[in-house]
Amino acid sequence: MKPAKFLCVILAACASAQVPYQRIVKAASEPGAWLTYSGGYAGHRFSPLTQITPANVSGLHPKWVYQVKPAGTVETSPVVADGVMYVTEPPHNVTALDLRTGRPLWTYQRPVPPKLDTIGFGRVNRGVAVLDDMVYVGTLDAHLVALDARSGAVRWDVQVADYTLGHCITGAPLAINGKIITGISGGEAGIRGFLDAYDAKTGKRLWRFWTIPAPGEPGAETWQADAWKTGGAPTWLTGTYDPELNLIYWGTGNPGPDWNPDGRPGDNLYTCSVLALDADSGKLKWHFQFTPADDHDWDATEVPVLVDATVKGKPRKLLAMANRNAFYYLLDRVTGEFLLGVPYAKQTWASGLDGKGRPVRLPNVGPSEEGTLVWPSLQGATNWFSPSYDAGRQLFFAPVREMGAYYYKGEAEYKPGTFFAGGGERTLPADEVYGAVRALDVATGQRRWEFRLQSPTWAGLLSTAGGVVFGGSNEGNFFALDSLTGNPLWDFQTGGAIEGNPISFLIDGKQHVAIPAGHAIFVFGL
Amino acid sequence: MTRWYRKERSTTGYKLASLRDAYRPQVESLPFFKIPSNRPRFSLTLSNVTVLSRMSFVALIWTALTMVPALAQTTSSSSPADLARGKKLFQGQCALCHGQTGEGARGPNLARPKLVHAADEAGVVRLLDNGIPGTEMSAFWQMTPNEKRQVAAYVISLGKTATETLPGDPERGRALYAAQGCANCHIAGGNGNAFGPELSDVGARRSAANLREHLTNPGKNPPDGFMMVQVTTRDGKKIAGIRKNEDTFTIQILDAGGHSYSFRKSALAEFKKLPNASPMPSFRSLSSAQLDDLVAYLAGMRGAQ
Repeated sequence: MKPAKFLCVILAACASAQVPYQRIVKAASEPGAWLTYSGGYAGHRFSPLTQITPANVSGLHPKWVYQVKPAGTVETSPVVADGVMYVTEPPHNVTALDLRTGRPLWTYQRPVPPKLDTIGFGRVNRGVAVLDDMVYVGTLDAHLVALDARSGAVRWDVQVADYTLGHCITGAPLAINGKIITGISGGEAGIRGFLDAYDAKTGKRLWRFWTIPAPGEPGAETWQADAWKTGGAPTWLTGTYDPELNLIYWGTGNPGPDWNPDGRPGDNLYTCSVLALDADSGKLKWHFQFTPADDHDWDATEVPVLVDATVKGKPRKLLAMANRNAFYYLLDRVTGEFLLGVPYAKQTWASGLDGKGRPVRLPNVGPSEEGTLVWPSLQGATNWFSPSYDAGRQLFFAPVREMGAYYYKGEAEYKPGTFFAGGGERTLPADEVYGAVRALDVATGQRRWEFRLQSPTWAGLLSTAGGVVFGGSNEGNFFALDSLTGNPLWDFQTGGAIEGNPISFLIDGKQHVAIPAGHAIFVFGL
Repeated sequence: MTRWYRKERSTTGYKLASLRDAYRPQVESLPFFKIPSNRPRFSLTLSNVTVLSRMSFVALIWTALTMVPALAQTTSSSSPADLARGKKLFQGQCALCHGQTGEGARGPNLARPKLVHAADEAGVVRLLDNGIPGTEMSAFWQMTPNEKRQVAAYVISLGKTATETLPGDPERGRALYAAQGCANCHIAGGNGNAFGPELSDVGARRSAANLREHLTNPGKNPPDGFMMVQVTTRDGKKIAGIRKNEDTFTIQILDAGGHSYSFRKSALAEFKKLPNASPMPSFRSLSSAQLDDLVAYLAGMRGAQ
């Protein structure tokens, strides 16, 4: 091959390495890649790949392991495109790995300001977004950074918020058509939450939706005096997107202070809610509040899973969420109408939900000085780790924490950039709590099966068309279950706690599965 | 003991970390007190020393001035209202381990003039900030600085009450320890066999009342990491012992004969936890005076001083 021709081939390969928006829209038709945090815009964390099956999964074994250098837990959910795996490492570095070998191609390192304090969470990062030829990451010092996908060089770097006030970014951004959406952390620091959209090419902020309305705005009547200014409602985990409706679905966190609600009477909109925002304008189309006037820290930031299914005889565009408050919800994602809400884990705080989905709260379940025992614990019946949805089998797989806690109410005085929580909890002893993987009928929330785990989990789930569900445990087990029965098929001891989400993709045409564990990322194949 | 564990892994090994995983707090992702293991909170203090040595005189004065209010805040005598609030917080969040009035339970007696890990209120506040690594004492992120100060004031005030005097004779207790064969299952001061917990510093960790209770009723509240389990293999063999570790799929057991076992749970006919059992015999047949002696001896085991 002549040099000029060879160069053309290389350039063509580079051009095809781009991940345009339309490619992400059609992610399901490209199962060899894993193009977003949850695999696609709908948040299914489902792989259409069928090579790994219940019959052969016992043959899985490690193909490579990438060990991160910095201390801290790896909570990244990798993105895979065109032979490269993009991962984040603690505290917020980005590394591109050769998909075949796990060898690093480049790393973007960013120092943490010495005075930075993460208030309410660890020094973690949960992943990147890719769009066209850029990789996007949110940072602990609350910047959004665009990197060149081939080199890791910084294309732009914008400040999203002031980290000295407790703002941080730990969640992966969401890349849509020409825009990068990012949320913010800080629910234990008395921030006023928001969701932002930035121009993908330039980093210019296009819109901001404040998740707590200012006086005079709709919803402001759910706050009194100045409580809205420190009211929380952070947006710290990656949401989902419906390209046809052009709506972004994003969950919001707790009101501040978490466990002492005395200074914030009212429902405290839009805390503990899911928001449907117009992607172009950032305007609110509808909202649904799962836990009004929350005083247990039951963030509703869990992945809102977009499902098309028949409910009560009618085909619907749905939003399904296994909420931290222990209820599984189905909403109409066009209108926000509440359709269904049933417990999927033990809860002792509500007698049920009313016809509009509002919980009917039991008496004496709020935090107290002496401690009030309530299920679930403040970590919730589930948390940030992902659920998975298998549309073919109509099953919603929920990673579950079965743990109660004594909730304490304490002082809450707002000082900028400090812990503003008003209490806490003491959880029940280890042998009185457990974790589980539960398969729910997507349309009814009824449990089809359960697989019990040694302890309340911090690991997400992946389901596959091949009929296998992958999950992890605190004790380091990476395992595979039969999608239809929950029977364990295979497990591997990784040697480090699994606090992340599995993904699946192809290497040289062969299906692989990746999971972060301890300080490493493991890739398994047959 | 409020069961908050920092998210970083315990230096005592993966087992403890895994057993404790269930307790770890997580508000967002979980661990705000997750301090990467290479960045202990105290390193700030240490690095400040280095920094201070390089500071200009003016900077030193400035630092001193800014530190004065902080010192005043943690060492000032507290009001009766502070003590009352501190007592309430203590009863809610500390008493499970340290007893309703600090007399000790699973955790040590705090109603004494000199505490092992803290010299004063500021020291207690530091313990509440950081916990004590390698012990069940965890950090109390959920308390505000003011609440920690109030708890610390209450804890220090406990030491001003009459101290506990133990009736037994530690020397007679030492003889009993030998005669009763305690060293067959416990290591103390480097001697003995490791099946039960090491006792070298048990007197610093447990109250006298708690030690006495364990001697007479060892199955009640066995210490962390010493859960008794019993398995039955498919061929009918029964094995009972201490659970050294357990995950969703496997169990590791040490029996009284010092044999280690590892099983896939799926390969067992039966697996039972025995939460109210202990391989340690009860010593309730000893006379009250003998128990006093044994407790006095154990209470004096305070590790390397």
